[in-house]
Amino acid sequence: MAEQKTFKGRVLCEGELTGEALVSHAGVNTLATFQKSALKNAKIIIGSDQNNPDIYGKAITGKILCLPNTIGSTTGGLVLQTVCSMGTNPSAMLFSNEIDSLAASGVILAKHWENSKMIAIDLLGQEFLDYVKTGDTIEIKLDGTVIVTRGS
Amino acid sequence: MQLTKEEESILNGSQGEVMAKMMKTMVSLGDIFGAKRMVDVTHDGHLVTSMGIPLLKPVFRTMQEIIDAGITAKWKFTADPRPIDYKNVKCNILDKLVFSKIMYGKQKDYEKQLNQVGLKSPNAFSCTCYMPEVGNIPKKGDILSWAESSAVVYANSVLGARCNRNSGMIDLFGCILGKVPEFGLLLDENRQANWVIEVKTSKMPEAQILGSAIGIAVGEGVPYIKGLDKFIGKVLNDTNRSYLKDMGAASASNGAVGLFHVENLTPEAVAEGEKLIRKDAKTLVIDDAYLRKTYESYPILWKKKNAKPTLCFIGCPHLSMEQLNDWTDKIFDNLIKNGRTKVTCRTILTTAPAIADKFRATAQYLKLEAAGVKLSSICPLMYLNNPLTHSRPIITCSNKLRTYTAARYYTDEEILDIITGKEK
Repeated sequence: MAEQKTFKGRVLCEGELTGEALVSHAGVNTLATFQKSALKNAKIIIGSDQNNPDIYGKAITGKILCLPNTIGSTTGGLVLQTVCSMGTNPSAMLFSNEIDSLAASGVILAKHWENSKMIAIDLLGQEFLDYVKTGDTIEIKLDGTVIVTRGS
Repeated sequence: MQLTKEEESILNGSQGEVMAKMMKTMVSLGDIFGAKRMVDVTHDGHLVTSMGIPLLKPVFRTMQEIIDAGITAKWKFTADPRPIDYKNVKCNILDKLVFSKIMYGKQKDYEKQLNQVGLKSPNAFSCTCYMPEVGNIPKKGDILSWAESSAVVYANSVLGARCNRNSGMIDLFGCILGKVPEFGLLLDENRQANWVIEVKTSKMPEAQILGSAIGIAVGEGVPYIKGLDKFIGKVLNDTNRSYLKDMGAASASNGAVGLFHVENLTPEAVAEGEKLIRKDAKTLVIDDAYLRKTYESYPILWKKKNAKPTLCFIGCPHLSMEQLNDWTDKIFDNLIKNGRTKVTCRTILTTAPAIADKFRATAQYLKLEAAGVKLSSICPLMYLNNPLTHSRPIITCSNKLRTYTAARYYTDEEILDIITGKEK
């Protein structure tokens, strides 16, 4: 029996989508996570941050990345812009906290300079991050509603 | 956001499409964080993007758009270190092929672009642009458009300047427009500490591990660090500035710290004391056991965990003049103590080009050379950031380098023992 829970956040880049969740409970180090695959020009980004077991070694491209925020090098925004320009970005980024300045830069740069359609929503709350699990189905609505479905 | 007439007119295209797009980007960024206005940048910039990686197509494309539109930066800028130095960091043929043709194939073109847009000088490449020898030193209260996490945290914390953890590209746009949206660490209320870190160690903590522990615990929080002045002093000097440089870099790369205060030492902590601490601040006690646990949590990514190191990098962020002298003396003295004349594995000390030039003119440099150590102004992170080095046993005492590469972290003392061949 399917279990469902609904959350509401602030829309930063709008869009509608249904996809699979990939969850990081710790802040995502953008450079450390994306760099290895991006440097290889890989079509699918595999998380390469040794310090983040939640997403290390997992495919990120096309997934709905659920995270508290991003951390690490200030190349972060530029790295996000680049993966969006290559079309290897997550399809959406759902932040439980207020988005950080680096991720916000990446999202804005991708939107204005790459015409990226990557959805970004923040302020979904800690309860969202505590509830959602990798592999859950997530439906995102235009108004920032996020419906997490588990099981069939 | 309330824009001035001039800002509004730039946004509407009075200075061309590229300027309008940059202004739109900055206004959108400010809107996300509730910025009420744009504020003037008051000092030279610093860019994080110094590497001509062909992958970064958006950078080269945007730079070219800026150049084609005849735009130059209002505030000139320094940039992070170069990724290649074949003279001092030797590479084999395969390495050179990968670096020059694949990894950094756009380096020359990109440096030309940087020069055209506003690089302060052709040699202005260091992550420690705030060193006296480099000369990009903001004063307390200056508004900056900088990126490079280690430089931003230093400028905010040790110099008392005001800068957000800007991303690459945003740093450049702020330098060109001469304006940044006013939010985050530019505002008094966000410079207050939401964490109190009580350092209760038996001896001076390793800067790189303390910074890492703080970064992992507080994320993007603002820590007020108590008990550290007992070890590093109450007056800023070359020694504790270098310590704070390394601690800050680790906190910014292992977490997302953009500002820290050290009780009785850093400018805002000296001026305001505990008034800087928010009422709802959390407290974390860091003792010897906490630091040991942090150190032991670092994964070892080498294929053979007990492999003999073949390369050692010291200086990420780049070393200060004092640190260079200190490392040189320690390496020299320990080699003598251990009955050796040369270091046991290829060792590279990295520093800003201006410091390297100054150091090469001293007798200390001869000692370093005699010990078989190389001096370079390369970015070790960029050098190690390629598939060829992932399988090599490389060691470092930089927590930032550990975070982004497969290099194995050791404390300063352990590194010294390894490279000078101390018998276990």
